Amino acid sequence: MSLFNIFNVAGSAMNAQSQRLNTVASNLANADSATSANGEAYKAKQVVFAATPVGENGATGVNVAAVVEDPSPMKMVYDPKNPLADGKGYVTMPNVNVVEEMVNMISASRSYQSNAEMMNTTKTLLLKTLNLGQ
Amino acid sequence: MLNRLDDMLNFHTQALRIRDQRQQVLASNIANADTPNYKARDLDFKAALQGALKAAPVAGGAALATTAPGHLAARPGQAAEAGLLYRTPAQGSVDGNTVDMDAERAAFADNAIHYEFNLTRISQQLKGLLAAIQG
Repeated sequence: MSLFNIFNVAGSAMNAQSQRLNTVASNLANADSATSANGEAYKAKQVVFAATPVGENGATGVNVAAVVEDPSPMKMVYDPKNPLADGKGYVTMPNVNVVEEMVNMISASRSYQSNAEMMNTTKTLLLKTLNLGQ
Repeated sequence: MLNRLDDMLNFHTQALRIRDQRQQVLASNIANADTPNYKARDLDFKAALQGALKAAPVAGGAALATTAPGHLAARPGQAAEAGLLYRTPAQGSVDGNTVDMDAERAAFADNAIHYEFNLTRISQQLKGLLAAIQG
């Protein structure tokens, strides 16, 4: 019964999307964190999705292959009064692009929704199958 | 007699099985809507059903060679997988993903309704048989 596999597929996708949402939350929360535990400014993080087989006969789910640091350049803000400023008076700020993160957030939540809906449809179909001949 | 009952229910049973498989393929597409380089797939329903009804692999399907008496022949249930094709993208995307969310969701809903139709038909056939038995 392939319909049961859909729960695994949708479940893996929801898991991946919620991890993406988590990363977005972390990025947005730290959009202004000029320093961190290692003394450097926060670097934006992005998830990398990869298709992965779940169950038998060709069901393909999603998993998070890696969480990578955003390679885009850090923001340099001129603020000589800041204790973190360098010799020229510049403070290194996180490379978080707030607009991009908002777009990411909306995209992740919509994908999550579609997967939840997909699970609901599948559940209805399975329950109807269970009542076959009654 | 039992054979005839089987024949009567066979068409919708096979259709149901392929709808079931197609639903899984479409679910995989929707789940991977954001995965880079994922290529959307779909089942050629007509070919798969014809293949299943003939209980022989459809064109392009590999038949298993049995070289020893203990080997099992390929089950006809696997014929549908030969009909698994890649979708032609209407609009390409930069990350190499070919999932068109609208098309996939429409196909998913369509397939779900067809699945329910097949279930209803089997139910009605069973009710008909029951009426014939009970008089």
